[in-house]
Amino acid sequence: MSSTNNETKVYGMLAEYDNADALIAGIKKAKEAGYTKLDGYSPYAVSGIADALGFIKSEMATVMLCGGICGAICGFLMQYYTNAVDYPFNIGGKPYNSWPMFIPVTYEPGILTTCLAGVFGLLALCGLPKLYNPLFNVPAFERSTIDRFFLFVQANDEKFDLQATREFLLTLNPLSVAEVPE
Amino acid sequence: MATTATIRPHVEPQPPAIGGNHNLTTVTETISRLSLDPKAHGKPWMITFGLGTLGVLLFLYTVTYLIWMGPGIWGLNIPTAWGFAIINFVWWIGIGHAGTLISAILLLVHQRWRTSINRFAEAMTIFAVMCAGIFPLLHTGRPWLAYWLYPFPNNFAMWPQFRSPLAWDVFAVSTYFTVSLVFWYVGLIPDFATLRDVAKNKLQKRIYGALSLGWTGSAFNWRRYEKVYLILAGISTPLVFSVHSIVSFDFAVSIVPLWHATIFPPFFVIGAIYSGFAMVLVLGIPMRKWYKLEDFITDWHLDCSAKVMLASGMMVSFGYLCEVWFAWYSHSAVEWESTVLRVWSGPYAWSYWALIACNFVIPQVLWIKKMRYNMTVLFLISIVVLIGMWFERYVIVITLTREYLPSMWARYAPTHHDWFIYIGTFGIFFSLFALFVRFVPVISITEMRELLPKHAGGQDGHAIAEGPP
Repeated sequence: MSSTNNETKVYGMLAEYDNADALIAGIKKAKEAGYTKLDGYSPYAVSGIADALGFIKSEMATVMLCGGICGAICGFLMQYYTNAVDYPFNIGGKPYNSWPMFIPVTYEPGILTTCLAGVFGLLALCGLPKLYNPLFNVPAFERSTIDRFFLFVQANDEKFDLQATREFLLTLNPLSVAEVPE
Repeated sequence: MATTATIRPHVEPQPPAIGGNHNLTTVTETISRLSLDPKAHGKPWMITFGLGTLGVLLFLYTVTYLIWMGPGIWGLNIPTAWGFAIINFVWWIGIGHAGTLISAILLLVHQRWRTSINRFAEAMTIFAVMCAGIFPLLHTGRPWLAYWLYPFPNNFAMWPQFRSPLAWDVFAVSTYFTVSLVFWYVGLIPDFATLRDVAKNKLQKRIYGALSLGWTGSAFNWRRYEKVYLILAGISTPLVFSVHSIVSFDFAVSIVPLWHATIFPPFFVIGAIYSGFAMVLVLGIPMRKWYKLEDFITDWHLDCSAKVMLASGMMVSFGYLCEVWFAWYSHSAVEWESTVLRVWSGPYAWSYWALIACNFVIPQVLWIKKMRYNMTVLFLISIVVLIGMWFERYVIVITLTREYLPSMWARYAPTHHDWFIYIGTFGIFFSLFALFVRFVPVISITEMRELLPKHAGGQDGHAIAEGPP
């Protein structure tokens, strides 16, 4: 079967499991065997999978913190510029730069930009939206969002070899192994 | 030698958060069917959506007339210039707060029972904030100029006045709406991916596929996703407190008797949670019955919600006590006089007692376990609480009818147009909610899977608040 597909470009190889622990064990063995470009797919977040892949800490906290600080500073400066510089207006003899009264609108834009930085940062780092993904070419992969767990080896991994990788994946006790056409 | 003994509080073992005998596949099927199969929605859905649409029509008619004639068709006048517009604004936005409380705060404090009710509570938040926003928008009198509320360079060379809580309110409510919407959508992305893969129909596959943005469930993406979700929960928590505190500043920063009180922010926030949980129960009880979701929204879930409602109701009642105490202890003649008018001798004293009956007396029934497990009773009490919380804002706003000087005294009565718009927002709320139930998973499929026991393919709880960074 694989020999007929030699001309079509291959994106990688998928191994299917029906539980998270088997997938985690599979990832660990694949890492030991020297594969580096691996990924694991699961229908819900399983922290063990990302840990096994060596992706311990995500970048999101930094992204969101930076977004939030920018928003808060901009919020305060906006109020300072509008109410103390560009249009100073005396209300009850209060100072033009009455900073305690500027706290709420410093805080709210800070929250807003934290949230937006988080979501747009998440999409950017995950490469979404990505409506076409070669993985969708594998019919069995539909169940990755339902009840199956997948180990994926990218074709651009140095150790990747159509025949050898398939044989190796079969030693990891998967339910099935499938080639992913590009 | 002294031994260190750890004293543990007595903790009752929690009932399972998912009833029945479910696994990954059945959870997916049961919930996704509601979005994918039109046959899953029978008469109750049609009636809800139909009545909702009628409400929307009433709303559209009244708003057209309002824009044509101006807010003079409302019962507003000086001194009561706020009236129904602010009562309903605060009421709706308060209802919204329970959604954030459930999805964010209960997540941070590891409450397993939040999981099956958070999705529809978040939807409730978004729709309630929409309904809330309509009132100040229309109250501006010229809603087409509402963008003047935001600072933008203009040829009058004028800027908003940021020392006013009304200006804060604009930022607070719009931030709240945006964050709630984003939080909701982020939660939905993996579920849309599930619907994409479960759907047989090509059109459904395409639409849910586009909405899922191509989500695959890669472990790298999940790790980032969980972090974003956790931080969003973390920032939504102070946000929800700040929003209703700022709403209360609209009142408390003024010098109107009985409004100028430091108790207002906590009092408003807890009242918001009170009414919000009541709305969660009003929506949840019929929904789980009509759609047979008893395995996911178990009696235990409703029991927990009822307990939160009772606790927040007691805190709100403590607030009522404090208000009277402050007025008496302050020795301020006008505060005390206003309190006497509000509670006893004023023309609107009946509404104060309606409030006490609805928010304090009747909900005491919830102390009895049997009543918390009786769905009819729980549903009716929730409606009573919603009415009570409406009266709370009515009682506050009606204080405007008696200010410092007799020349500032007048009566206030809403006109039928006030009522039409209020009823109209119910139409908007329920028709949007019906559409939500029809097209979007009402329970988070992904999070329910995590909650499944290990042998059924789950993780026996959430990793999100407990896992490594």
